[in-house]
Amino acid sequence: MEFFHKATNFPFMATRRIWYTLSIALVVASLALYFTRGLNLSVDFTGGTVVEASYSGGADVEKVRHALEGAGFHEPAVQSFGNSRDISARLAPIEGLNIDDVRGKVETALRSVDPDVTIKPPEFVGAQVGDELRNSAILALSLTLVLVFFYLIFRFHTWRLSTGAILALLHDPILIIGWFALSQTPFDLAVVAALLAVVGYSLNDTIIVFDRIRERFEANRRLETRLALDQSINQTLSRTIMTKVTTLIVVVALLVLGGSALRGFSEALVIGIVAGTYSSIYISSAVALDLGLKAEHVFPVVRSKEVDSLP
Amino acid sequence: MLEFARWKYIVVSVVALLALLIAAPNFFGEDAALQVARKDRAKIDDAGRKAVEDALKAKGVTFRRAYVDGERMMVLFDDGPSQLAGRDAVNEALSEGYVSALARAPRAPDIFRKIGLKPMPLGLDLRGGLYLLYQVDVNDAVRQLVDSYEQDYRRALTAANIPFNDALPLNTGSGVNNGVRFTFPAGTDLSAARDAMRKVVTDVGYNINDGASPSVDAELSDTQVTERQRSAIQQNMTSLRNRVGELGVTEPEVRQQGIERISVALPGIDNSAEVKDILGRVATLEFRLSDVTNSVEEAVARGRAPVGSRLYYHRNGRPTLLKREIIATGDQLVDANTTVTQEGPGVAIRLNAQAGDEMLRITQANLGRPMAVVLIEKTREKSIVNGQEVEREVTKQEVISEATIRGVFSNQFNITGLGQGEARDLALLMRSGQLAAKQFLVSERPIGASLGQDNIRSGVRALIIGSAALFVFMIFYYHLFGVVASIVLAGNVVLLTALLSLMKASLSLPGIAGILLTVGMAVDANVIIYERVREELRNGVSPQASIRAGFEKAWSAIWDSNVTTGIAGLILWVFGTGPIRNFAIVLVLGIMTSMFSAMLGSRALLTLIYGGAHKPAKLSIG
Repeated sequence: MEFFHKATNFPFMATRRIWYTLSIALVVASLALYFTRGLNLSVDFTGGTVVEASYSGGADVEKVRHALEGAGFHEPAVQSFGNSRDISARLAPIEGLNIDDVRGKVETALRSVDPDVTIKPPEFVGAQVGDELRNSAILALSLTLVLVFFYLIFRFHTWRLSTGAILALLHDPILIIGWFALSQTPFDLAVVAALLAVVGYSLNDTIIVFDRIRERFEANRRLETRLALDQSINQTLSRTIMTKVTTLIVVVALLVLGGSALRGFSEALVIGIVAGTYSSIYISSAVALDLGLKAEHVFPVVRSKEVDSLP
Repeated sequence: MLEFARWKYIVVSVVALLALLIAAPNFFGEDAALQVARKDRAKIDDAGRKAVEDALKAKGVTFRRAYVDGERMMVLFDDGPSQLAGRDAVNEALSEGYVSALARAPRAPDIFRKIGLKPMPLGLDLRGGLYLLYQVDVNDAVRQLVDSYEQDYRRALTAANIPFNDALPLNTGSGVNNGVRFTFPAGTDLSAARDAMRKVVTDVGYNINDGASPSVDAELSDTQVTERQRSAIQQNMTSLRNRVGELGVTEPEVRQQGIERISVALPGIDNSAEVKDILGRVATLEFRLSDVTNSVEEAVARGRAPVGSRLYYHRNGRPTLLKREIIATGDQLVDANTTVTQEGPGVAIRLNAQAGDEMLRITQANLGRPMAVVLIEKTREKSIVNGQEVEREVTKQEVISEATIRGVFSNQFNITGLGQGEARDLALLMRSGQLAAKQFLVSERPIGASLGQDNIRSGVRALIIGSAALFVFMIFYYHLFGVVASIVLAGNVVLLTALLSLMKASLSLPGIAGILLTVGMAVDANVIIYERVREELRNGVSPQASIRAGFEKAWSAIWDSNVTTGIAGLILWVFGTGPIRNFAIVLVLGIMTSMFSAMLGSRALLTLIYGGAHKPAKLSIG
């Protein structure tokens, strides 16, 4: 089976202005959502109490949430948990209450919904994301951007492709954060991991196209840049789609079957994979085109010697 | 011709077999277990092992097997209830001399443990662990600083020949001891006194009170107090980190909570008295000369030591009299390591120069007389007084070694008279640093896996179903090549699992995300190669040549994309902490395994199928 029996020849670059507009609109909307609505940060970030309970008559998540709010807990995250009877609630800490006070409040609230409930002892969870972690993450990400930028200059001899790659790299996580601000899906550590994975995918995609661009230019130094980019994207299109489909198979399985705790994680991956595909075409390559990419940038004087041979 | 060197086949097969072997313990799962250790941390011998087994048998508790691992004994049970019954049985029969803790142990056959292969541990989010919250007495740290200044002032004033009456503590409004007031006899030149004081401590504020009772105040500013408190927390965190690190718990998390609290999360520890014991201890050493002129028996009988001496006890209960003067203390310690001496295990101590000089002076003057090492530990003990739970600070002082000074030494020497385990613990405690300030355990609770058992189960099931669907799709799309890709992908996961197990990296949810990304990249590498092969076939290239060209042309794309992602992974590995680092470790290792499996594994299989002199007319690539 093949997606494309004949070589495709879509004029991707011709429509890039439309996609720029769309991307800018989406990024602005995402940032606006992030700054206005914020993220629904999970206890991973805030710390707090986790309670698990089982209603033998079936649990009504909404009622439980209202009861807990009524007891003074700010935005309790109540999830059904595997089946219709079990729930888990993540509660933000309340100033001045110790674990026993919290336990009392929680038990009263949960019993008020339905007295026929088994409550496991609440567990205290410390914030897993302290300032230290946040700072080290920011430092690591910034360094990554810088080093990737320079590695790509080293491999492709031009800052134009590097700039395109970095912009694409920023694009995808911003859209994911926008989605989390919009949907208010709980943003937990797993989502952070997914964001990192998306950065990895996006980078990977971009490089595959770049590699083909280099090859096109190598084959024909006189090739018009726009054509070279279109050809490269078309020639890698079946790989792009195949890779995305295979990855999506696994991620969608996680989204559908993975249970509530992996919801945020898989949502982030789905959006990231779709956005990453798009950004590797319309951002990394198109930006390089508009920055004036030419064959001689990639092959400055003499053809660079093949750095690596087969193992 | 499509060829593949024989040595490459050998490399691929050896790696595949080794990976299967090393990864195998992960596929067996874990059993409920009981960890038993001796209180003095000596190795559990056969007699100890038999005592534990007898205690279990006496209560009719069935266990699967038991073995001694390091110094500790592990007893594996079939289920949770028998684990709890087992703990009760052991605690009842052997509470003297033994401590037990609930734990989990690998279910894999014993042979794996014997050759040192263990499954990768699960992170805090997947398996839960122990959460400890410490309260740091930050004001104590300020007090310590002021105390040390006071000592310096006393010395400086004496040296400058300025007599003083008294040194009184100064407190801030909130009761923090932030300074000292020296009072002087009337007619003292106060500014000379201040100058003498300023010479030794330059950066605090000085205040002269001229009047009926002349005095000079030396006071830390509010900023200095805050700074000192902050650095005390940092220092305590660092020593906690070191202690946790040397305990060998994987991926511990030590964090500051609020202004004066530190939380410690230890994945996989269910309830270990030993861990708390080590973390919570504030231990310091004092070196003192023994008092050989007075009678110990008399002192014990009178319940009071003679002037200039103090009554101490050895750990076996034997009383001894030591001089009041301290030769050196733990703060002056530079390094402490375990060592083996002629008298058995010991701790090799190195002191700083100042303490070394003092030690030299004392040992020269007291050759042939005994010197003692006193271990001072501060803990908090809970007790019931009049029906109410009261917590109080307990200072335990015991003589751990008293030996004749046989030679003159200064800053390097050994402490002996300890058991092997004790020597290690003491060295660890000494090395991991004095705690800057006293700290107390305010809260201790086991934390459940935040993901929940059901969620983990459904997550794993989803991953398996997803991977199966992926294999089916690859085979449908690439036919025989898809079969090869599926085998290589499964091999890649096994290889990655093996590497992670070897590194003892613990697996948490971000790590699973990393595995997912790796599988994605491994699929990608295969797809890139196969699409190239198809392209070559479309261009009319012969089947064998297409396979070779496919691998060769795909190489630069695979290399660049993996290296770029690898750079990102390495930086996250080096600079990230906690979950981010976990993700990065998996990612970096995964990049290596997926490149290996796609470029070598995949090629080996395809050459095996299509290579050689018999040239295929057609490739089964869909």
